[in-house]
Amino acid sequence: MEFITANNIIFALLSVIVLGCGLLSVLTEKLMHAAFYLFLTLVGVAGLYLQMSYDFLAAAQLSVYAGGILMLFIFAIVLVHRIGENSEHVRMGKKARAGFAALCGIAVVLCTMFLFGNFSEDPSTDQFTETVNMELIGCTLLGTGKHQYLLPFEATGILLLACIIGALVIANKEKEDKE
Amino acid sequence: MSLELIDGINKIHTLLTDNIEATWVSLIEYVLVGLGFLTLYALIALFLIIFERKICAYFQCRLGPNRVGPWGIFQVIADMVKILTKEIIPLKHNDKLLYYAAPFIVIMGSLLTFGGLQFAEGVYGVDFNVGVFYLLAVSSISIIGVMLAGWSSNNKYSLIGAMRSGAQVISFELSACLSMMAIVILGGSMNLSALMAAQEDAWFIFQSPFTWVALVIYLIAAHAETNRGPFDLPEAESELTAGYHVEYSGITFGFFYVAEYCNLFINAAIGTLVFLGGWQALHIPGCEGFNAVMDAIPSYIWMFGKTLVLIFLSLWVRWTFPRLRIDQLLHLEWKIMLPFSLANILLMAIWVIYFK
Repeated sequence: MEFITANNIIFALLSVIVLGCGLLSVLTEKLMHAAFYLFLTLVGVAGLYLQMSYDFLAAAQLSVYAGGILMLFIFAIVLVHRIGENSEHVRMGKKARAGFAALCGIAVVLCTMFLFGNFSEDPSTDQFTETVNMELIGCTLLGTGKHQYLLPFEATGILLLACIIGALVIANKEKEDKE
Repeated sequence: MSLELIDGINKIHTLLTDNIEATWVSLIEYVLVGLGFLTLYALIALFLIIFERKICAYFQCRLGPNRVGPWGIFQVIADMVKILTKEIIPLKHNDKLLYYAAPFIVIMGSLLTFGGLQFAEGVYGVDFNVGVFYLLAVSSISIIGVMLAGWSSNNKYSLIGAMRSGAQVISFELSACLSMMAIVILGGSMNLSALMAAQEDAWFIFQSPFTWVALVIYLIAAHAETNRGPFDLPEAESELTAGYHVEYSGITFGFFYVAEYCNLFINAAIGTLVFLGGWQALHIPGCEGFNAVMDAIPSYIWMFGKTLVLIFLSLWVRWTFPRLRIDQLLHLEWKIMLPFSLANILLMAIWVIYFK
């Protein structure tokens, strides 16, 4: 009975949500349903982070993935007329290749789990209770020392800026064409 | 009361631990806390509905509800019973799953926010290390429910309403977040308890002039995020009948309605916590007598009093200004408020370096 702790029960619930909705989002034929199930999966993963008291990652997961990227998906689905209704039929060869890729992924995850995982420890005791300081995250993101990430941060910023400018140019070009 | 509340909670905790196994105690407590938040959620919505109806009536030189109970305060109970017993009218050609799931996502988004709020000294769900970020992140979820509702209703009015709502909420979220970042710079933390501690001597609005800029930007942006007038073009009656919830009836509509009022409360509460000192009493450094008098007022009265003031401001704006057009709205956000809030963050950082 030691296995049934409150932590494990909640973990099981969250896992069922994550795995179930993840499967449904791949298997469903309607695009909007896929987006909805993906949303539930992302929220479930955020719940897992919260359970490990990794608050920052949970909040980032919710705001960036569940709030931001998924919103983009939904906007795209809504804006495009009847998207996904007459999508091409997936051929057998493609399915086989996709299945092979999925199996490889599972193999990698399982290998990592069994080689490096520590199953004897009780997850509720020590390793998850440590919270990550926000100041540490900030300094790591914007520092120039070893194991600090100012350059990637700035590179990402410039990339995103380029994307915004590109989108603006494309949007304005269509307007000029109309005139 | 906050101390009594904590005492009561501790009593329940000991009662449970004495009688039940530890595993089930924590599970039962999770459920109890969730139920407590849900009850609070419903009560706040009920209160705000009657509050708004009375306030709006006075702005329009009417009496408002005045038949059921003294000053009509039980009208809202009657309305609640009515909406609970109303028929939920099924639609023929719509997406059933998303149609019925959407109200719950909207409710979920705002209910999750309650977990991160502080209601009085020591009364909160979780004191997150990244409290402000958590609040901002969680409140961005409910817009997905709005989009799904608008799309799955299979009605062009609701779809246009949902698109407008999406564009509006995403745009104004930027300003709301950036204005709060200015406060994070001033307070030096994202943890709400640390921010409360930093406001013990003086609320943040009395600590720096740039807080006022941030406060004004936050109030406008938060007001726009609730989709209420003058920013209510997602549900503009004259153009879209009711926007994204036009096809909803009975309690499914009620969920949207309740969530709207709770979002009003949540935005005001976040504004109170971050700008107006939350549950901290008004203190003037050096005036011992004055501070002692102010401390005698319980912290939950400070919290809810200040929140009500901000809610009143929001209602005042709602019933006073005419509605904006969508291009005016986006112009306001992207060309006026966003540059101002970015500049404000810079100025706040300079202020913190040189004057604090």
